[in-house]
Amino acid sequence: MTFSPQLEARFEKLLKSYPEGRQRAAMVPMLLYAQDEVGHISEELIEEVARRVGVTALQVNEVLSYYSMLHRKPLGKYHVQICTNISCLLNDGDKLWEHACKKLGIGHKQATADGQISLEEVECIGACSWAPAIQVNYDFHHFVTPEKLDQLLDSLRKKP
Amino acid sequence: MLYNEPSPLETRVLSRRFGLPNSASLDTYLATDGYQGFLKAAGMKPEEIVEEVKISNLRGRGGAGFPAGMKWSFVPRSSPKPKYIVVNADESEPGTCKDRVLMENDPHQLIEGVLIAGLAVGAHAGYIYVRGEYRYLIEIMDQAIAEACANGWLGKNIHGTGFDFDLYTHTGAGAYECGEESALLESLEGKRGIPRIRPPFPAVVGAFQCPTVLSNVETFCAVPAILRDGGAAFAALGVPRAGGTKMTCLTGHVNKPGVYELRMGFPVKQMIEEVGGGIRNGRKLKALIPGGSSCPVLTAEECEGLTMDYDAMAARKTMLGSGGVIVMDEDTCMVKAAMRIMRFYAHESCGWCIPCREGTSWLRKILVRLHESGGTRDDIDLIGDISRNMLGRTFCPLGDAAAMPTISIVEKFRKEFEEHLSGKACPYEHASHMVTA
Repeated sequence: MTFSPQLEARFEKLLKSYPEGRQRAAMVPMLLYAQDEVGHISEELIEEVARRVGVTALQVNEVLSYYSMLHRKPLGKYHVQICTNISCLLNDGDKLWEHACKKLGIGHKQATADGQISLEEVECIGACSWAPAIQVNYDFHHFVTPEKLDQLLDSLRKKP
Repeated sequence: MLYNEPSPLETRVLSRRFGLPNSASLDTYLATDGYQGFLKAAGMKPEEIVEEVKISNLRGRGGAGFPAGMKWSFVPRSSPKPKYIVVNADESEPGTCKDRVLMENDPHQLIEGVLIAGLAVGAHAGYIYVRGEYRYLIEIMDQAIAEACANGWLGKNIHGTGFDFDLYTHTGAGAYECGEESALLESLEGKRGIPRIRPPFPAVVGAFQCPTVLSNVETFCAVPAILRDGGAAFAALGVPRAGGTKMTCLTGHVNKPGVYELRMGFPVKQMIEEVGGGIRNGRKLKALIPGGSSCPVLTAEECEGLTMDYDAMAARKTMLGSGGVIVMDEDTCMVKAAMRIMRFYAHESCGWCIPCREGTSWLRKILVRLHESGGTRDDIDLIGDISRNMLGRTFCPLGDAAAMPTISIVEKFRKEFEEHLSGKACPYEHASHMVTA
């Protein structure tokens, strides 16, 4: 598999970050950074990471199924993650979630037909004092209201 | 940047640079006593550094509150193995968002804290394990690390001290369990984040099977001030058995939610009323979780005369935890709160220990059916039975973390569970539903 020069540089740095013989430690970071570039974790990517960190594809599979941010299937270009955990719930995060599902006509871990937006109801994302909060890919949005969410989803629909 | 206005009631030690222009830059850091604690420590014997941290009464800020100096003293300096410093930046405890602002606004403070710990235990490499969702913080930390390396504050022979240290960031990929120390170490090694049996503790067998100091971001961030101004000055800010300040995350039904640095032992009522601007819409306090969703809940009455410190919380059978304060007003449905908290633990249980894996799922199902008015009277006692059977029967504290708040909610708000047996809709929910319907 070929990756961008930036990602290759990141991989090289990662593999040097751990003690000699412990390169397996780079596996999860490599999978996540690669997923950001190629969209999801394919069989081909699993083989590639396995080869680079010196384990079998089966060992990579065993590990990746544990982590909720590693996706075996493509998600939307903009992955909208709505927190409904306790501090967000107390600020109507659950109603934001229902609102988004209704508006887009999709549910948990589903994407719109054009592949533009996907939704996920997530556990605490560490924005409890600025609740309710959501993340679009890695960007945080705090104190979200249904109106702000509408505007955000409308802009994501058109965003290149 | 800061996401909420500071409060005049704060005691700003760890947050002293917050709000300064370019507070994350090395220039700002150096202009405000940055790396002075490290330089002072470099002229001290390792045991003197540990002693200074012991004098400070600094206790672990991730939730367990273990004395930091004592933890450092457990590392066998004479071991021929390399030693490591690991920073737990996997902040995932519901209600907690303080490590984020510490790394975002003052990354060099964290680096300096790690360096001092390295001097104390003889470590020459460290990892900052950052939860995957905090990608922008990995970028901020990587930039600060690069800046420190370029200016001789990391790498070989740091500022002529003869001390070498390399620091790396490591991203998680979504797993609350990896905030537990031994699961974090498994995850760092490229495995599933399941807990290790202890002993041996990480101080002896930690990262890559080597002696390791593993602490929360906030714990390390307190260390530069302790070395710079002395452990006694830090201790004096707090209460007798817990020194310094606590980064406190006010969340839930308060007018001014936010992250505030309050001295250890700050009165709970003053925190809600004055720092947090009181309960929203003039409502009354019903319940409070003092330190993240794993802590037993307190009633409004129990908050009277209570202070924010480890011993005061322990006396009321709860915990200071991570400092994630969850404030619930009189209209909150406690069955719904318990249900949502249990949904979280059932989702996050790693599955390694059966009492936790099965217990959290059973409890989730029972709480969901109770909230949806499909429960029976026996379900209420069953919640307590299952929870108590989870306590102390797992490798890591996640099972306890799920059981403790649940037991306390059922005990203290049993009436609300009984009110859900009427067969009608949730008696607390309809008002807010009408508003959004």
